[in-house]
Parts: sequence; C-alpha cells; structure tokens
Amino acid sequence: MIEFHLDPTSGVATYQQLVQQVHQALQLGLLEPGDRLPTAQQVVSSLAINPNTVLKAYRDLEREGLVRAKPGLGTFVVGRLPRTDPVEQARFRRSMAAWLRSARGAGLSIDEIEAIYRTAIRDCLGEGVA
Amino acid sequence: MNASVEAVGLGKRYGKRWALKDCTLTIPSGRVVGLVGPNGAGKTTLMHLAVGLLAPSAGEITVLGDRPGSDPAVLERLGFLAQDSPTYARLTVRQHLQMGEWLNPRWDAEFAAGRIDALGLDPSQRAGTLSGGQRAQLALTLAVAKRPELLVLDEPVASLDPLARREFLQTLMEVVAVQGVSVVLSSHLIADLERVCDYVVVLVTGRVVLTGDVDELLASHHRITGPRRDPASLPSSQQVIEASHAERQSSFVVRTSEPILDPVWTVTPLTLDDLVLAYMRRDRDAVASTTTGLAVAR
Repeated sequence: MIEFHLDPTSGVATYQQLVQQVHQALQLGLLEPGDRLPTAQQVVSSLAINPNTVLKAYRDLEREGLVRAKPGLGTFVVGRLPRTDPVEQARFRRSMAAWLRSARGAGLSIDEIEAIYRTAIRDCLGEGVA
Repeated sequence: MNASVEAVGLGKRYGKRWALKDCTLTIPSGRVVGLVGPNGAGKTTLMHLAVGLLAPSAGEITVLGDRPGSDPAVLERLGFLAQDSPTYARLTVRQHLQMGEWLNPRWDAEFAAGRIDALGLDPSQRAGTLSGGQRAQLALTLAVAKRPELLVLDEPVASLDPLARREFLQTLMEVVAVQGVSVVLSSHLIADLERVCDYVVVLVTGRVVLTGDVDELLASHHRITGPRRDPASLPSSQQVIEASHAERQSSFVVRTSEPILDPVWTVTPLTLDDLVLAYMRRDRDAVASTTTGLAVAR
C-alpha cells in the first residue's frame, strides 16, 4: 500500500497530485497489479482532504485502465505503466549529459540552460500549458 | 444539477449600508463549498440568510429547495455552526448530547456517542472547561448528529491552533465521506480551506466576485511572465485578472480555456490562494476607483 502526500505550494490540483503519485509508484514498481490503493476514507483521515478529490483521482486512474474499484473491497491496481528499459534511459541520460557539457563549454549559464530546456519541452511536448 | 443553495438578486441592508448586494449564485449539492472573503465581505450575512436567521431585504434565497425560515421541517435538514462554535459553558458534554437528542427528531445518538469517545472527551466535563479545539469538535458533533443534508459552518477554524484546525477538518471530511452531507464553510483565509473545498465562492464588499469548481478554476488560470507588454495586446481569449509591471517585465494572472502558446511567456500554475487573492485585489481596487471617481465628480 502506498501513502499519499501533498505539496500545497505546487499549484497542481490535489486530485492530480494523487494521480501523479500513483503513476510514479507504478513506474518505480512500488505498486503492482493486485495491490490495493488506500480507501477514500483512509486518505481523507490522513490528509484531511475532501473525499470527492480522492474519488475523482481514482476515477481518472480507472479511466486510464490502471485501477479498478471492486465494490465493498476497495480499489485495486490492474494495469501497468510502460516502464522504459533502464538501458534506454541510460542512453538518453548520456546524450543529455553530452549536450549539457557542450552548452556549458559554449559559455551558457545554468539559468540559460534551464530556460532552453523548459522552452524546448513546451515546444516539443506541449507541456506547461494546462 | 441539484442545488443546495440558490440565490437570485439577494441583498441584505442594515440602515443605509448593504452588507450583501445583488448576490446571484447556485451552490451545487454534494460539494464542500468554501465561502471566502475579507472580514466584512458579507460571509456571515449570507450564511444567516441561508439558515433563516435573517430575512432578505431584496431578492430571494432557497435552501434545499425551500425558503429558509418558512417551515420548521427545513430546519431539521440543516446543521448550522455559528462563529466561535458556541456551546453552553455550564452544561456537561453528556448534557449537550441529551439536549441534542430532545431537540432533534433525526438525532443519531450512536454517532454522537462514538464521536465523543473517539475524541477522547470526558462526558461529565463541563463545556466551559474544554479547550477551544475540543469545544469546536463538540459543537461539530452536535451539528452532524442531527443528520442534516446541509451543514453551514461560519468560520469554524478561525480561532483554533493549527493542530486543532487540522483535526477539526479531518473530522469534517470523514463525515463528508461517510454521510455524503453537503457543506458550506467560510473563512477569511483560503489556505484553511484549500485542501477541503471542491467549490469556492469569493465575496468582496458584499458582492460575489468568483464562483466555481476548484479544479476547473486552477486549470483555467495561469500566471504568465515575460517582456513588458500592454495587457490589451494579449489575445482576446485571455482575460486579464491582474497585471503588474516592472521596468522591462510584465506579469499577468490570466483566465483562459485555451493553451498559452506564445513562447515569450513563462507560464506558471497558481495556487488557489494566489488565484483568490488576485480576484480580491481586483475587485477591491475596482470599488476604490469608483468611489474616488465619485468624489472627484462632486
């Protein structure tokens, strides 16, 4: 079973934070098919949040095919998130490191590099817009 | 959509001053609604109108489909906790529960006793000797044990320390989870309500300036920062709620349902706190500027 936590300053809606934490737990292998998620009431008691928020997060996860609610029993993990091959991940990390070294070599500051990274993510992946 | 509270053109006047003016809003049922606004914004007035302690000077309000105060049967379906969680100082905890049982036909004695037990309160203790947090919990227990469909709580956590505040909200959320009761609670601090509300109503100087589902509001508002710009140059789909300018930089709080594509802007999400404050400042300034305008015209 996982335990949720909240970052109140993130500006990310509470239900999204719960969804993201389940995603991360799946990606890291902390949750596997068959595992039960905490009940809405357990989450409500530990975080003092609105039960509707928990149910909304679970509904989202259910729509994604990752969990299924079994009435009277709880909400269970039924799906997996594709975990990228660790070798592949390492390959991208190496090419990123090479890019970072060449950017530093060209005299770019860390702030500039971060700005480029953020803009590129936004341009290519459409993030940063809700 | 089923509404727990519906107001049309609602107003309340004390002498010449309107404490609440032209208030039109629909509060869906099954929600936890935060009523937010600075002190003197009309929150308590609106709540007193909703539970029938006040009669409107203008407009109409219906609560659970009925006019408040028109029929005692409506009161059975309403739970109201006035500011500072009033209890009878000389009565014991047990006597409070007995009184609740005598006065409320739908009283849930089992819930009340279980709650007092879970809170670790001594039934023979007088309410006057309880801590602020315990008193608030006792008052909440009474309001919930009458099994209302709508719970109206006026500044329930304002006078509590952070721990008692958290415990109070925990109890409240457990009740919402188990009983599915609709809740309207007020605070002048949005931070108190951020975790528990899924719907907000923002009041400033007697007027409603913002209502909506919290997640939808968060998804449609952004802070954008970039080179100095005139707000008029922004796309018409972006409604500017707040603008601030430094020498070369502009920062806006905008409301838009469309993605912000212009690469000159750095887009950051807003917390509910930031969002509500932006609306409060805008409307306070709007009121201030009309008043000065009038003064100059005279």
